[in-house]
Amino acid sequence: MPEERAKPEAETRISLLAIFLVFLKIGAFTFGGGYAMLPIIQEELVRRRRWVDQDTFIDNLVIIQSLPGAMALNKSILTGIKLRGPWGGVVAALGVVAAPVLVILLLAGLLLPLFREHAAVQAAFYGLRPAVVALILSATLDLGREIVRGWRAVVLVLFLMLLSLFFQPHPILIILAGGLAGLLIYRKGEEEKE
Amino acid sequence: MSLLLTLYWIFFKIGLFTFGGGYAMLPLMEAEIIARQGWLTHPEFIDIIAVAEATPGPVAINSATYVGFQVAGIPGSLLATLGVISPSLLLLLVLGPFLLRWIKDPRVQRFTRGLRPAVIALILLAAISLGRAALVDWSTLIIAAGLLGLRLLRRTSPLITIALGALLGLLLYPY
Repeated sequence: MPEERAKPEAETRISLLAIFLVFLKIGAFTFGGGYAMLPIIQEELVRRRRWVDQDTFIDNLVIIQSLPGAMALNKSILTGIKLRGPWGGVVAALGVVAAPVLVILLLAGLLLPLFREHAAVQAAFYGLRPAVVALILSATLDLGREIVRGWRAVVLVLFLMLLSLFFQPHPILIILAGGLAGLLIYRKGEEEKE
Repeated sequence: MSLLLTLYWIFFKIGLFTFGGGYAMLPLMEAEIIARQGWLTHPEFIDIIAVAEATPGPVAINSATYVGFQVAGIPGSLLATLGVISPSLLLLLVLGPFLLRWIKDPRVQRFTRGLRPAVIALILLAAISLGRAALVDWSTLIIAAGLLGLRLLRRTSPLITIALGALLGLLLYPY
């Protein structure tokens, strides 16, 4: 009977515990944050559980890319809200951070103090530091290729870097200055990304 | 108590102004935690980011938890984590229904279009000051250049990059 099949399974209320557990799993098994986590959230929620449809997922992406905060976190909160309202959002946020917080506490509180002075750990960190620099630079180059398009954006980046170097303002001021500059240098009809 | 409140407030600010994913919080953390509060040195900060990369979860949240722990133990780690996720929760819970329409407003779009180059400028500057603390000799310079090349040309994942960094550290550690 088609009428019965039209009723989506989302009609059955998803429990807060189920939401917590899914996001606990997503938080516990994804490394690298943001761009690495989004495909996993999509796989888990859109394809496997069908809690969210593809269009909502894409709409949500537009929101989280313009919002502050970790993208994986925002994505989790939005999905939680869609499934069970405000409490769903809170539970999703707590679920997605629970495992990472525990892992960090175990490492920082128990393991690292025991081995911090060990020569092998010192040697590993000697190599980890340049690896972090490589990760930051590669992420910046990727992000830059996507964002810094057209000569006005290039000038804006250079101008704000110089401003920051010479006057050392708080980074929040540089961010706001960039936003204001965007309002001034891009005219109506230019807001669409090329 | 006031230390815990300060931690919460600092990470609330960091969460509120982190636009464009994980690394966007680096310049904010550098300004607040290293320069202003003097809670950490640059090498300590890089070590925290390295651990945050190597453990599951978003890097911004992992590093908030770790910095909070360094500053004020377990209560510090919990408050820093809550601080960094609070702005997202508040914005989405309170403004959620209006956000999609609001974000598509032309003025907001032009504002975010200018905001992103600012974030790039700030991350580049943070990368330079972290680089100064991390690249202390030829070996570290070669590790950074090699891993950057691998990442850009072969698309090695962040986790593999971190693992290779630790391995190369073990092989090349001069002391």
